[in-house]
Amino acid sequence: MAKTSDLDVAYVARLARINLTEAEAKVFQKQLHDVLQYVEKLRQADISHVEPAAHAFPNFNDFREDTPRDWFTAEQALSNAPRKANGLFIVPKVVE
Amino acid sequence: MTGTDLPALSIADLQLLLRRREVSPREVIDSLRARIEAVDSEIGAYLSLDTEAAAKEADKANVDLPLGGVPVAIKDIINVMGQPCTCASKALQGYRATYNATVIRKLRTAGAIPFGKTNLDEFAMGSSTENSAMKTTRNPWDLSRVPGGSSGGSAAAVAADAAFGALGSDTGGSVRQPAALSGVVGFKPTYGRVSRFGLVAFASSLDQIGPLTKTVRDSALIMNAIAGHDSQDTTALNEPVPDYAAKLGNDLRGVRLGLPKEYLIEGIDAQVKAAINAAVNQMNSLGAEIIEVSLPTTEYAIAVYYVLATAEASANLARFDGVRYGYRAKNPRDVLDLYGRTRGEGFGSEVKRRIILGTYVLSSGYYDAYYLRAQKVRELVRRDFARAFEKVDALISPTSPVPAFKLGERVADPLQMYLADIFTIAARPPIAQTVIHKSSAQ
Repeated sequence: MAKTSDLDVAYVARLARINLTEAEAKVFQKQLHDVLQYVEKLRQADISHVEPAAHAFPNFNDFREDTPRDWFTAEQALSNAPRKANGLFIVPKVVE
Repeated sequence: MTGTDLPALSIADLQLLLRRREVSPREVIDSLRARIEAVDSEIGAYLSLDTEAAAKEADKANVDLPLGGVPVAIKDIINVMGQPCTCASKALQGYRATYNATVIRKLRTAGAIPFGKTNLDEFAMGSSTENSAMKTTRNPWDLSRVPGGSSGGSAAAVAADAAFGALGSDTGGSVRQPAALSGVVGFKPTYGRVSRFGLVAFASSLDQIGPLTKTVRDSALIMNAIAGHDSQDTTALNEPVPDYAAKLGNDLRGVRLGLPKEYLIEGIDAQVKAAINAAVNQMNSLGAEIIEVSLPTTEYAIAVYYVLATAEASANLARFDGVRYGYRAKNPRDVLDLYGRTRGEGFGSEVKRRIILGTYVLSSGYYDAYYLRAQKVRELVRRDFARAFEKVDALISPTSPVPAFKLGERVADPLQMYLADIFTIAARPPIAQTVIHKSSAQ
């Protein structure tokens, strides 16, 4: 298992698209270091020949008929949009 | 029975009056609203209350349906069409649900009236409801203490007779722990038993909706209404639903109950230990055979949980980006600035901490060491339980190692808060039944 000191909160926060203040980053660095230190104990478990469990009751390929049904309208889908116009979500320019 | 006495009733007792036409659903809603008005300024269980919509539903209610005319409070992380669904987060302030969760549709089919959205730890991340960005919820038994979390609003509302019953959601203890700390019944169904469709996702492989009620019978009545397969949730189990109330009231002769030796460890509060011992003795006197069992992987459960739950949360909460709904940062320079500031300003500390931890354990170079390893240890935990259930019908365990703690007592140290989830992380499908009422109140 990787050393917990590897965690660089400021870098991972950028990956997660969360702007942190310097003060936040400093506090989280210490707190998450403690949490990862605790998680180190997983190294002691013998996991050879063990398949990972996705959840308690494996349940695969539960299909339903692909038929249209009533659902919310475009207008309702846009009803919570912070910015919208002409039936579209408005975002800052993405391409130059 | 006067209107002011009604809110103290269990759901089952309320239904007797409703079906005898001794009270009307409208009178029930009115008395409950009056009770909420009288107590909730001190307790802070509710985030929103649409009395007008509930009154309209009450006027049309059919009291002969399984939950006909019974108001049920809803944790504010479950979508009720037209109502707010804030998840107690600034990120969803002002959001109004555009559809109903399956559990809401099912409650209404059973005649129940969803009434009031209850407070929680932001996005259900926490064990005290102190992570709510909206308000503080207090324990009705002692206002200086927490109600538990994350379904603390639902638990406090039921405990204060400000709800006949409520729905919560439980990922690592969020129904059972607040039920225990607030002195009510809380049940986390088997994963897949209740549809998660319309529950805002935190950790999808663990999330499950469950009832919080005054009695075990009331939890059974709500389960009868909400359990079952749903074509809109591929993890909802396609299995027949039993009548949860059918076997209530039987004695315990022939029932084998397991007492995990790892669960009565040092560090458990003396009151909690005494309560468990009393419960064991009582169940024994009712005919149950008590058998010691072992769950050796208990020591790994919390570590597994905080790797898997945060990993899943980091993916699930990626949708809160300020584009389609919810909070958006002002005057973004470009799209990265929009994402970064929207999420930095919209999420509270605990949510940010967990997303960052989850992103880290899934990131390149660390996935095998943390996420994959935790998935494998989860399989070991699952095997422990499977082995125990070969010997016993059910397990007995404390829900929380401590009774309700003081507001503010634990907020500074996330790890200590996490460690208190020891008994609720892995067990399934567990019910939290308060064994000594008011054990937390001095």
